[in-house]
Amino acid sequence: MIGSLNLNRRRFLQGTAAAAVAGTAGIRLAQAADVTIGIVYVGPRDDYGWNQAHAVAAKALKGVSGVKVVEEENVPETDACAKTMESMINLDGAKIVLGTSFGYYSPFMVDMAKKYSAVQLRHAAPLWTPKDPKNLGSYFGYLNQAHYVDGVAAGLSTKSNKLGFVAAKPIASVLSNINSFMLGAKSSNPSATVQVIFTGDWSMPVREAEATNALVDAGCDVITCHVDGPKVVIETAEKRGAKTCGHNASQAPLAPKGFITGAEYKWITIYKSYADDLAGGKALPNMVSGGYEADMVANSPFGAGCTPEGKKAAEAAIAGLKAKKPIYTAGLKDNKGKVVMDKTYDNLDPYLDQMNYLLEGVVGSIT
Amino acid sequence: MSDSAFAIVFFAIVGGALRVSTPFMFVALGECLTEKSGRVNLGLEGTLVLGAMTAYAVSYHSGYPWLGVFAAGLSGAVLGAMHGYICKLPKVNDIAVGIAMMLFGTGIAFFFGKAYIQPSAPRLESFSLGAWTGNQQIATALQINPLLLVGIAVAILMAWAFANTKWGLIVRMAGDSAPAATAMGVSVDLVRFLSTTFGGFLAGVGGAFLSLFYPGSWNQGLSSGQGLMAVALVIFARWSPVRCIIAALLFGAAGAIGPALQSVGITQGYYFFNAAPYILTLLIMIASAGSKRAMRDVPGELSITK
Amino acid sequence: MAEIANHLGTPPAATRMNDLSIRVRRSAEYVAIPLFALAVSAVLFSLFLLALGKSPSEFFQLVIRGGFGTAFSLQNTLQRSAPLILTALAVAVPARIGLVIIGGEGALVMGGFAAAALAIPMVVGHWPPLLTWFIMAVTAALVGGIWIGIVGYLRHARGVNETISSLLMTYIGIAIMNFFVEGALRDLSNPNKPSTMPLGDAYMLGKMPGTDVHWGLAVGVILAIILQILLTRTTFGFAVRVAGGNARAALAQGLPVGKLIVICCMIAGACAGLAGFFEVAAIQGRANASLVAGYGFTGILVAFLARHNPIAIIPVAIMFGGIVASGGLIQRRMDLPDATVLVLQGLTFVVLLTSETLYGRFKIFQPPTTDDRT
Repeated sequence: MIGSLNLNRRRFLQGTAAAAVAGTAGIRLAQAADVTIGIVYVGPRDDYGWNQAHAVAAKALKGVSGVKVVEEENVPETDACAKTMESMINLDGAKIVLGTSFGYYSPFMVDMAKKYSAVQLRHAAPLWTPKDPKNLGSYFGYLNQAHYVDGVAAGLSTKSNKLGFVAAKPIASVLSNINSFMLGAKSSNPSATVQVIFTGDWSMPVREAEATNALVDAGCDVITCHVDGPKVVIETAEKRGAKTCGHNASQAPLAPKGFITGAEYKWITIYKSYADDLAGGKALPNMVSGGYEADMVANSPFGAGCTPEGKKAAEAAIAGLKAKKPIYTAGLKDNKGKVVMDKTYDNLDPYLDQMNYLLEGVVGSIT
Repeated sequence: MSDSAFAIVFFAIVGGALRVSTPFMFVALGECLTEKSGRVNLGLEGTLVLGAMTAYAVSYHSGYPWLGVFAAGLSGAVLGAMHGYICKLPKVNDIAVGIAMMLFGTGIAFFFGKAYIQPSAPRLESFSLGAWTGNQQIATALQINPLLLVGIAVAILMAWAFANTKWGLIVRMAGDSAPAATAMGVSVDLVRFLSTTFGGFLAGVGGAFLSLFYPGSWNQGLSSGQGLMAVALVIFARWSPVRCIIAALLFGAAGAIGPALQSVGITQGYYFFNAAPYILTLLIMIASAGSKRAMRDVPGELSITK
Repeated sequence: MAEIANHLGTPPAATRMNDLSIRVRRSAEYVAIPLFALAVSAVLFSLFLLALGKSPSEFFQLVIRGGFGTAFSLQNTLQRSAPLILTALAVAVPARIGLVIIGGEGALVMGGFAAAALAIPMVVGHWPPLLTWFIMAVTAALVGGIWIGIVGYLRHARGVNETISSLLMTYIGIAIMNFFVEGALRDLSNPNKPSTMPLGDAYMLGKMPGTDVHWGLAVGVILAIILQILLTRTTFGFAVRVAGGNARAALAQGLPVGKLIVICCMIAGACAGLAGFFEVAAIQGRANASLVAGYGFTGILVAFLARHNPIAIIPVAIMFGGIVASGGLIQRRMDLPDATVLVLQGLTFVVLLTSETLYGRFKIFQPPTTDDRT
């Protein structure tokens, strides 16, 4: 069942040049004027991380004339998010609802889409399939590409060849970032390994700091992370004299000495395309996703921690990704020795969205 | 586990105890004083968070982190005084007010703290107790902040004062038997009000450690329940300031186990390693409780243990 | 109350009359004082809003509209209050015997998780949904009951303080669930949200007929009524009250205090476990980290506000649901940060709890004195 689903989506994605697809069944808005858009955030809009990245980019929508934006933050992934969306639809008259947290999708946004067929719902994760309601959709940036570039630069900026990764939870998008970071590092420095520590939660500042210290104590001299707010990890590593790669937004100012580069989303590309569609009276596509080739992710400006060779290799890697050079090549094994890449996969292949393993070269376990 | 891996884990645990324990220490000491006087303040989680925010904001604006520490203490004292004043009214339940104050303190901190999530404020400096060894590993593990020493000093002072001073006796009497204290001409309400206020001050200082030293950043997830846990640790420490210190150190050390084991490649079941502080505390309580001694230490007027 | 009347030497017929009037007055007090407190906190919050340059009148309109004003709002409020009734009962029942349990969250998580895990073979085997739900509910209640029951047992047998042990066990319970949900029981088709296998539409507990509210609300209300009767009208309830008043005296009377403590804790855990069952069967359709939504902690406050009275828990939980439901609308319409709602909640509950001191202070609510009657 999963196989056929993947096939559908693969074909679906292949037909797209910029990976921005206009859904055939998307409802054409009568006119751009008088549209209320509801945006739901899982944390505070100014968390200096995931939510803020969305909130800043979503300002593009506010600039469209006739568009009213209502926002609610700190909405947990329970029926509270369904109720919030329903409240936006019923009380604010929202015609478009954007949910920005993974756990909103199923069952909540799927249920909302079924219940309110005249409302368009879009969700920030690559989860929509053509089998889901047509008034629902996904948008997503493949940040692992930028983490790959981080890895390339880090591989040439490390002395100990041990890189550390502080991760929140072993979910597919996090695992993909870890694996891509490792593959990037290996591509520029074959003796590099990545040590991962899972904190078990998205925002756990004390444990994130402890994890960073533990990695440095274990000999890692480059630290990166995938947690909601990377500030603590970056600052702790800087204090310990380790180099850092950022996540979500630019943390360059936090680490004047050791910052290498960082992986950043460019949600603005997506929200801007939504804004343009609305202004032009066009339907919103069901699926908007992409990486470097679609200008949906980026790397932070290189910092003092990056060696000149690292910068050069990273820039070459970016050019490669823009030309869709694949990251996951045939024959790669997980860190238990099983071959998990039976062939070379396109960077946007849905198979990669199902990732539930750490590749060889990563020290760590997902359970 | 190889020798070097063992050393890494060992030093990580020692270092963790020194790094992580201070906020638990201050909150537990504050609560210890409050409970000794016969009142419970479950709201110190909110105080901790407000203290963290205040310290960061004041340090950011003034450039003096220690001024931030003092301001954090004051903000905690204000919340403590509020709690102390409200609970002095007849028929008001101190446990419930504490929980409501936790929401209130957190809300105020989050509300005014929005502007301080991004900026970098001047932090507190640390020094190493192990620098003389010349061993890098030991020197880093023994990095400590003066607040840790302040906390230990406060604990010893409190223990001494409870045992040897008139003030200590008055606080204990208010906590053990209000009628007896009243008969001696002591205003129980006043004693409890002051104890709660000063307890709030200490908890606020604990918050300053979080935002200005370790992890040394302000955001909404900063505390994630440490204040509540610290209040619980007072029961574990059986209302002794010195045991509060030991409990806090133990709890900090246990918290370092999870990340340290993962860093040397022992990764299976990290959820349980991360839960080690809770599991260990519970096991120690089961092993040590049940004795008559535990009952003897309980302040008689305490609503939480009646 | 009749005793007081007799003491005053009133004839029996008048006693009945007075009894009624006293009751009405007392009930009026229980309505008037909270309303007064709500008004005070509304005034205080309005001042806060004015200081921010926002309109208090808009705020009040939004509270009404978002929490209670439309059929949708009301159901939104009720749905949000459903888990709180159950988790508040988990605090109130042990409180009657003198225990402060703050670990309802752990029982909710363990109950919900156990129900979801046990449901997997039943869903795979196409068992009838009704039977599946029944087994799931019983499992959740049992696991939750044992979870808090352990807390009660440790308290009685080993003198381990129940407040701290229940809190510690909450963290341990969450770790257990995460371990399984991200490991052995993980549904691999859901790569980005570690969860157990979904129940599927056929096994989702629907809404109550004609409403958009799930069955957890009805079960919560019924349980509250049953527990009220159990605690006030039965020998068991009487024994609990005696033991809660003075454990030593109760022991001296030959009451099985330990057994009572464990039973109260098990009832509490069962309530929280059921809340977990409804989260799984009516909302999430699976067990995952979203079960840790803080309902257990909010329930503590609800129970204390209701003074551990099961019936009073119902309106307090609904009020809480209303504040949260309207809080969203306030955030959106007035463009205020989420922390504003937290301030509103904190303020409201501090004022409400402070108002408890007013009980018995107003003459109008008190039983008439002899002077008044003559």
